[in-house]
Amino acid sequence: MTLAVSRRAAMLGAAATSGSLLFAGGQAGAQQKPAELRVGITTFLSGPASVFGVPARQAADLLFEEINKAGGIAGIPVRAFYVDEGPGTDHLVGEYRRLVQNEGVHIVFASISSGSCLACTPLSDEMKKTTLLWDCGTQRIFEEGPHPFAFRTQGYGTPEVLAPLLYLLKHKPDFRSIAVINQDYAWGRDSWELWKAGMDALKPGVRVLAELFPRFNSTDFSTEITRLLALRPDVILSTSWGGELVTLIRQASERKLFDRSLFVLPVAEASLQQLGKAMPQGHVIGARGDHWNNHPKPKDPARFKRFVDTYRAKYNEYPIYPCHHMAQAIAAMQAGIARAVAAKSGGWPNDQELANAFRGLTFDSPTSEITLREDGQGLEDQIVGLSSFTDRFAFAVPKDMVIFPAAMVSTPVGQKSVPWLKSLKTDVLDRMPAPIAG
Amino acid sequence: MSTTVTAPARRVAPIGEALLALLGIAAVILAAWAVPWLKFVLTVALAKGIAVLGILLLLRAGQVSFGHSMFLAIGAYTVAFLAPALPEALLLLPLGAAIAGLFGLVIGLFVVRYRDIFFGMLNLALSMVLYSLLEKLYDLTKGTDGIRVSGLRFAGMTPDLPTQEWVTFGLALGLALLFGLLVRAYLGSPMGQALAGIKTRETRLEFMGVSARRVLLSAYVMSAAMGGIAGTLVAMTSRHVTPQLAYWTSSGELVFIAILGGAGSALGPFLGATAFELVRVYAAAAVADAWQMILGAVLLLVILFAPGGLWGILAGRLGRRR
Repeated sequence: MTLAVSRRAAMLGAAATSGSLLFAGGQAGAQQKPAELRVGITTFLSGPASVFGVPARQAADLLFEEINKAGGIAGIPVRAFYVDEGPGTDHLVGEYRRLVQNEGVHIVFASISSGSCLACTPLSDEMKKTTLLWDCGTQRIFEEGPHPFAFRTQGYGTPEVLAPLLYLLKHKPDFRSIAVINQDYAWGRDSWELWKAGMDALKPGVRVLAELFPRFNSTDFSTEITRLLALRPDVILSTSWGGELVTLIRQASERKLFDRSLFVLPVAEASLQQLGKAMPQGHVIGARGDHWNNHPKPKDPARFKRFVDTYRAKYNEYPIYPCHHMAQAIAAMQAGIARAVAAKSGGWPNDQELANAFRGLTFDSPTSEITLREDGQGLEDQIVGLSSFTDRFAFAVPKDMVIFPAAMVSTPVGQKSVPWLKSLKTDVLDRMPAPIAG
Repeated sequence: MSTTVTAPARRVAPIGEALLALLGIAAVILAAWAVPWLKFVLTVALAKGIAVLGILLLLRAGQVSFGHSMFLAIGAYTVAFLAPALPEALLLLPLGAAIAGLFGLVIGLFVVRYRDIFFGMLNLALSMVLYSLLEKLYDLTKGTDGIRVSGLRFAGMTPDLPTQEWVTFGLALGLALLFGLLVRAYLGSPMGQALAGIKTRETRLEFMGVSARRVLLSAYVMSAAMGGIAGTLVAMTSRHVTPQLAYWTSSGELVFIAILGGAGSALGPFLGATAFELVRVYAAAAVADAWQMILGAVLLLVILFAPGGLWGILAGRLGRRR
């Protein structure tokens, strides 16, 4: 008996000791300058969304390596702690606690999935840990209540849907009917609600011929495509992403659906490399931001080129939007910590002082400049264009690009997206910048 | 499958089992005290242990439910829907159990007519119906994004965060003990003995004038209520409820825990759940992108070398030394 018991006790004891040792290490560095900057990063390493999560992790590895080679942030090296979002929210909220309470991270980058962000953000309030929402798009985060320790370093659902809508209204103002085919989960539903609110305000009377929500992770869209072929909508909207979008585009273009209807694909960018020449030309495509590989006027062309080139050299593919969102979060972290350290004239900030440094912060992304508003939302420009092919790339890139200034397409502070979209007037179309050939 | 799970482990004297239980409780409290974040993990483990205890009841009758997490989800969504109007945790707990038990009664009336694979698959189908409803009724449930549970009160008080974590942990531990004893007593009672009768030969049971259906139904309702309690505890701990709870993989997880822990004793589910959660978090912490493989390897090893589960290993050792 004693044998079995002592083994179990020893196991638990060992686990407890190792844990508490780590915990002690984490707490000691709260005030004085820590030996390393610990960054907790939640991303998809398994499941369908790992098409975003893994490239983003690669980008982070690459940038942290660069930063550490150049002497770290505020003189200390950076160390990343990755957490897989794949197993779901239950697991993730436990992992967030582990990152904060056990690994003693100084800052957390939270989540690709909106569900994960909605679960992690309240935790950031409770644990008073600065959390950069580095990729998730739900508009609910900052519109349903304040989160003093959370900041989103990129755009979100509303601008990412409104920009393609405005582009469509300018590009094909005479469309009379539309159909939607979105994944059956929160983003698929949310994005359609946002689109519908904006469309009904700016162009009332458009007929919605079909609202199709095929099962999440579908691999066969033949039923939906048959219906769309029969209905002949002028425009087909799909905010689907990843492998599912690739499948949808392949199956739809085989059956000539792209010849009959104009597609609007706000999250197309991440799937274009995989599609190669199979992507039909002349359809509206978006990138959840402004980071197209053929960006017409990046703010710092040399930096943009270096990021793309080093990423390509290391991983043999072009960086997709999650890589850029990761780069933005890292740039924001660098700028935020620099500001916090400067505010303490060289001293190391505590959690509250670190969070304060991010409010109203402006930082450079590889392509542009992003400002975090007073509610924590980042203002990232959006570029939308028409799919086309050039000699430079083996996959589709946009032409006739419109750069939408973030402030123009984002819901103002303190308002909710759907009512704001419903209140839009057509004069917003007159304020739209002119397209750039690209 | 059920035969391996319920392979009779060597008998352990009740005093030994009680000692082990006390030691387990002490170890869990110690771990939660020494490593604050483990408190969260262990609370979830204890909650899942209670749900698996319900599965253990059905396993005694040789039936495996592949959809048991639907009752967990019902308990969790009870908290999510009612918490804004009724934030009292001590009321939500019995409510979650009662509502899950009620669902268990209605569903049970249908599924207890079936045995073996049909029983398992019907449960699976029904849990997926619930999953789809939770996902599709977007305006009501917020779909896959889920609902946040906030502002819970305990006996009218709103403790600060660390205290609240301890209170939830304590509740889970107390309930685990309570249900462990309850299930132990139930299995010893004629009703529990009749469950084993369903597994060996149902016709004999009927000859004795005992309705097999009624025996299984009462066990099913009990297990549903335990699933509900587990769900309310999970919701109070993670404080974010998503349809994922009702998905078949979650049910699979519960069956996995049952196999891992072993069905020889009421301690098995808690052993299994604690081991499962600890392996999962430590594997995820060590290798973020290959932790599923480690978990799978652990299960394979248990199936191959310890068909009686962790409890079987423990019981074997205790028996040999005596």
